[in-house]
Amino acid sequence: MHSFGYRANALLTFSVTALAFICAISSFSDKFSNQNPSAEIQILNINRLKKQSYGNDEVSLTLDISADLQSLFTWNTKQVFAFVAAEYETSKNSLNQVSLWDVIIPDKEHAKFRIQTSNKYRFIDQGHNLRGREFNLTLHWHVMPKTGKMLADKIIMPGYSLPDAYK
Amino acid sequence: MGWIGETVDSIKSIKIRQLLTQAVTLGMIVTSALIIWKAMMCVTGTESPVVVVLSGSMEPAFQRGDILFLRMTKDPIRTGEIVVFKIDGRDIPIVHRVIEVHERKTTGKVDVLTKGDNNDVDDIGLYADGQMWLHRHHIMGRAVGFLPYVGWVTIIMTEKPIIKYLLIGAMGLLVITSKD
Repeated sequence: MHSFGYRANALLTFSVTALAFICAISSFSDKFSNQNPSAEIQILNINRLKKQSYGNDEVSLTLDISADLQSLFTWNTKQVFAFVAAEYETSKNSLNQVSLWDVIIPDKEHAKFRIQTSNKYRFIDQGHNLRGREFNLTLHWHVMPKTGKMLADKIIMPGYSLPDAYK
Repeated sequence: MGWIGETVDSIKSIKIRQLLTQAVTLGMIVTSALIIWKAMMCVTGTESPVVVVLSGSMEPAFQRGDILFLRMTKDPIRTGEIVVFKIDGRDIPIVHRVIEVHERKTTGKVDVLTKGDNNDVDDIGLYADGQMWLHRHHIMGRAVGFLPYVGWVTIIMTEKPIIKYLLIGAMGLLVITSKD
């Protein structure tokens, strides 16, 4: 009952249980944080709307993105992954979501920002449905904890549209 | 009748009873571990409820050696979700984020494109030859929770199998030599 093996076993079991309990509690504490992020996106310019050589429509645009995600950070937050996606419907697809830009926010100081950028990822349709297309821009955020459950939410901003002709 | 009486006598004797008890205990430990694993598979809806992160393509969020808890529900797949998928013909599950979704009106099927946060390009290069999109049946689960560092045990045991044999051998010795 008092051999080294038994003591080591008891110590290991207890420490693992205690660690697991602490991780669970710290994840649970995230439920009590008050979160009210805000964001605004403007399209500065539609640079190009063209048809690719092998068929699909492609858009290149410049966005002005401002957001305040500081309230999402708790002591258990490792980083916040934020991205902007365009959502639209076509005759063939009930939903298309294309991610245009993303950023990894490592801490609270960087969480309030305003940036003007062209789309980081190519906005390509499955087909030629983009002329005159109306779409929503959504800002999503994923809060990745130091340990435990991940949280995700978004703001939908409707009312953007693409030009009626290729340019 | 004589040898039945002898067998019963020897079972009543402490030595063999002890051996049998140990064998039953070992069996119970193994089967309860199996029961827990299968129950997790039922609850989370995926055939691997826990995966170990093997590469650095999702840094700084997920480092090599972290473990991820997965769930698979019937909810549609949307951008931003971190999914675990397997390419046809390859064994290794990959954990990346969905960056594009196209859902068909008529069938409800989805075309999905993924990318690792820390990679510069999307995963087209990882998919099978000629494959442009992932579909629902490729996806094993969504990551919903995470524990750091715990997965290193699995990585070490996979990369240096000798440690695995040493551990199992030591555990086996412990069970046999323990006096109760």
